[in-house]
Amino acid sequence: MNKNLKEQVLRSSGVNVLKCMRCGKCSGTCPSYDEMEYHPHQFVYMVEKGDIETLMKSESIYKCLTCFACVDRCPRGVQPAKVVEAVRLAAIRQQDGNHLSPDQIPSLLDEDLPQQAIVTAMRKYAK
Amino acid sequence: MRSSTRRKWYNIRKDCKLMETFTYYPGCTLRTKAKDLDAYARASAEALGIALEEPADWQCCGGAYTTAKDEIATKLSAVRTLNAAKEQGRALITVCSACHNVIKQTNYDISRDEEMAAKVNNYLQLPEAYTGETTVYHYLEMLRDVVGFDKLKEKVVAPLKGVKIAAYYGCLLLRPSAALAMDDPENPTIMEDFIRAIGATPVIYAQRNECCGGYITLEDKSQAAKRSGAVMESAKDQGADMIITACPLCLYNLRKNSGSDLPVYYFTEILAQALGLKEGNNE
Repeated sequence: MNKNLKEQVLRSSGVNVLKCMRCGKCSGTCPSYDEMEYHPHQFVYMVEKGDIETLMKSESIYKCLTCFACVDRCPRGVQPAKVVEAVRLAAIRQQDGNHLSPDQIPSLLDEDLPQQAIVTAMRKYAK
Repeated sequence: MRSSTRRKWYNIRKDCKLMETFTYYPGCTLRTKAKDLDAYARASAEALGIALEEPADWQCCGGAYTTAKDEIATKLSAVRTLNAAKEQGRALITVCSACHNVIKQTNYDISRDEEMAAKVNNYLQLPEAYTGETTVYHYLEMLRDVVGFDKLKEKVVAPLKGVKIAAYYGCLLLRPSAALAMDDPENPTIMEDFIRAIGATPVIYAQRNECCGGYITLEDKSQAAKRSGAVMESAKDQGADMIITACPLCLYNLRKNSGSDLPVYYFTEILAQALGLKEGNNE
């Protein structure tokens, strides 16, 4: 357990993970469930346990679509997407932690791709 | 101030209100890949007696709101837009779902989180601190709350009679509902009411407020295909003739990644069509 990282994720997300009652509704409603190694409810309890580095190394942090379905549908107001965001930021803020670099962008473009997709992806995947 | 001067100012302000001028934030994509969303929004507003004025030197909203409390720089451009409207003494109108989401979430948080407000204002050094004073409307909210769907109905010259339209909300228009405060996040009606106002028939389907995949199209095409395919299939199953959206990225995913042939349009295109400002789509 990494106390420092846990503290950082809790502060950055502003989430009280102790409010979670493990009902799993967040994961049940998550559009990326099948693509994730760790699911939203697991993010919440792994952060509670301080097991942050496992999450930071997982591709799951890049699968969250930030659709806020888990945020709105959680019966306890836990806001799991904010935990995922805080863990992802902890990962991409590290030296060489960027998941997407501007050099990769040209090869990902097509004539219809809206600019919105690029700026959003750069926000989510790089610092 | 002398009372005659005061009366004069009062009348000017009243006139301004009658003209219904709003600060309008188009955002980066409406300048480039989503010109139709923008052009038909402007033309229709004019026909409805709404003046839209862009603030000077606006910047991209960033595309996504960073919910982290220790992110400040990524929120500044949205605050600049909100403050521009405040300085003009007007409400702010957005039309792209993503811009709308970023700007409303920023406004919600800055009005409630004192530490965020302090940090943002330390950066921006505005003549007067910004703490969430501006009212933000999505274009659809403007149609509902300023124009009124009844009045819109009266202005329709080419009703889309018999056309079955599936409204696609996606995620960004509705959630998080505490900040967006636009409609019931699980049973929204604003787009269906809009569809009725222009003479068409709304189609209700299960996936209307689920995610299209969004920016994952850059990371994982198969996931974008799966999500957008589910949305299109759900709308088609309920007998829709077309889908409408307010979001350029939703439109992209639904058109290009879904593998479906169901037509997808911006809601402003069919609004302009109903108002007689655009030729019909050849379906």
